[in-house]
Amino acid sequence: MPGETPLTGRIRPDRPPLDAVGYEQAGGYQALRKALGSLTPAEVTQQVRSSTLRGRGGAGFATGQKWSFVPMGEDAPRPRYLVVNADEMEPGTFKDRLLLEGDPHQMVEGAIIAAYAVQASVAYIFLRWAYRVAARRLEKAIAEAYERGYLGRNILGSGYDLDMHLHVSAGRYMCGEETGLLNALEGKRANPRSKPPYPQTSGLWGKPTVVNNVETLCCVPHIVNNGADWFKGLSRTPNGGTKLYGASGRVRRPGLWELPMGTPIRELLEEHAGGMREGYRFRGLLPGGASTDFLGEQHLDVAMDFDTVQKVGSRMGTGTMIILDDRSCPVGMTRNLTHFFAQESCGWCTPCWGGLRWCEQMLSEMEEGRGREEYLDRLAAHAGMLGPGHTYCALAPGAMEPLQSALTLFREDFERHIRERRCPWRSP
Amino acid sequence: MLSETERQAIDAEIPHYARKQAVCIEALKVVQRHRGWVSDEALHDVAGHLEMTVDELDAVATFYNLIFREPVGRHIILICDSVSCWLMGYGALRERLSERLGVEMGQTTADGRFTLLPIVCLGACDHAPAIMVDEDLHRDVAPDHLDAILERYE
Repeated sequence: MPGETPLTGRIRPDRPPLDAVGYEQAGGYQALRKALGSLTPAEVTQQVRSSTLRGRGGAGFATGQKWSFVPMGEDAPRPRYLVVNADEMEPGTFKDRLLLEGDPHQMVEGAIIAAYAVQASVAYIFLRWAYRVAARRLEKAIAEAYERGYLGRNILGSGYDLDMHLHVSAGRYMCGEETGLLNALEGKRANPRSKPPYPQTSGLWGKPTVVNNVETLCCVPHIVNNGADWFKGLSRTPNGGTKLYGASGRVRRPGLWELPMGTPIRELLEEHAGGMREGYRFRGLLPGGASTDFLGEQHLDVAMDFDTVQKVGSRMGTGTMIILDDRSCPVGMTRNLTHFFAQESCGWCTPCWGGLRWCEQMLSEMEEGRGREEYLDRLAAHAGMLGPGHTYCALAPGAMEPLQSALTLFREDFERHIRERRCPWRSP
Repeated sequence: MLSETERQAIDAEIPHYARKQAVCIEALKVVQRHRGWVSDEALHDVAGHLEMTVDELDAVATFYNLIFREPVGRHIILICDSVSCWLMGYGALRERLSERLGVEMGQTTADGRFTLLPIVCLGACDHAPAIMVDEDLHRDVAPDHLDAILERYE
């Protein structure tokens, strides 16, 4: 039913998270009991598949389908791994932090059920270093889960064994990319791997591995408890479930809200974020993190879900919106985004390490009043050359999404920088 | 030489992974926790302990943002320079920090008290701009708050 908030219902921002006992009293670990007690791994996967759950890390790949690619049965390779992607380094994204800090047992339970579905024997939580509070709370939750028999040997008497370890990263955006993350877990540079093979067949140390985002896994216990149809019914569109939406920038109430999937952008912006702050006007927004295309005023009535945002030329991504106001320079913002991607590029593919630096250089010159007429075409050409299909991973194509959409949406602002040989937002 | 405490902390991680080289990032963090940074000598010792070549380990050490291969101050200030903080006043904050500490990004104050470093999005975008000092996150930071914040770190 719309209006329910299964993922955040147990979170009280002014209180520490529930411990294992509190979580159990609030209905926690019931889904794990149910899965281990009465469902086969294939039935769990099927239920998640029917729920239409799609990956909340940004790419939106069907979760149940991802799990179904893992080879199962007597002859299947072992061990198998489940990895929780808790790296959350996408600029403008702060949703997984809330789930990790606010209800760590929910994520742990989701990860155990996911691991059971693919019969993994080891699970890793890959957490970014900066999430210090989350690290402490996860460590505690994992220890409690071991004590209470939800982890370790013969979980709840089912014969299923699982170990879970927390891996705290040393920081690099590339670690969020699933194959880069696997290299980092192996103690290497987080360069991406060539796909195929996909991690589901050949991942960590060459063994079958599933990598899922935190928010995705937090949905799993609720799906197991309440069923696929219930989950679909939470949504306002065919992409099932609720979604943690957020907004940052010059809005009245920046924050996070768990709402039905498919809530229109205007509703998020006006009702939940409270509209623009006094004295600021809306210019545009990135719907779900730094690597999504800008949307403008004309897109505000779009429903925020994977399919609908894609139809208007962007991506929902992580669903945490970054709002550009009229007192901030679109060229400056694009330069900031491009600087981020250029800095975080791992340098593995030529278009990415060379191209991004060149783009950053041109944008910097433009902002400093030294931009040349031909830069606009040159930047547009980069958007093609660094686009999908030319690199091992999605970093460069992701970087091109805000760049190419900014060139279209804020064309006049770019031209003005070149014509006037200055940034109109900077005092002379 | 790795200290006994360092070696124990590193070895405790080894059973969690299929290959012991996988703990090298954690090992660098362990060394850094005790010494502040990773010197050539420490790098050499960790590499030997994990049966890696020094070059292999240095390739890893230099890849990650939070492994320091140069000496740093007693406290690390990480200032988020990503997009939401940029929109919400990162520029003014950075200027005031540089002015107040007398250092540019990447430098350490003359008294060895602070090192100032940029960091990518801290995931505190609804309370931008944000900085971290050591392990503490500070949110909604205005330039005028800086004196009171820094005072806490001697």
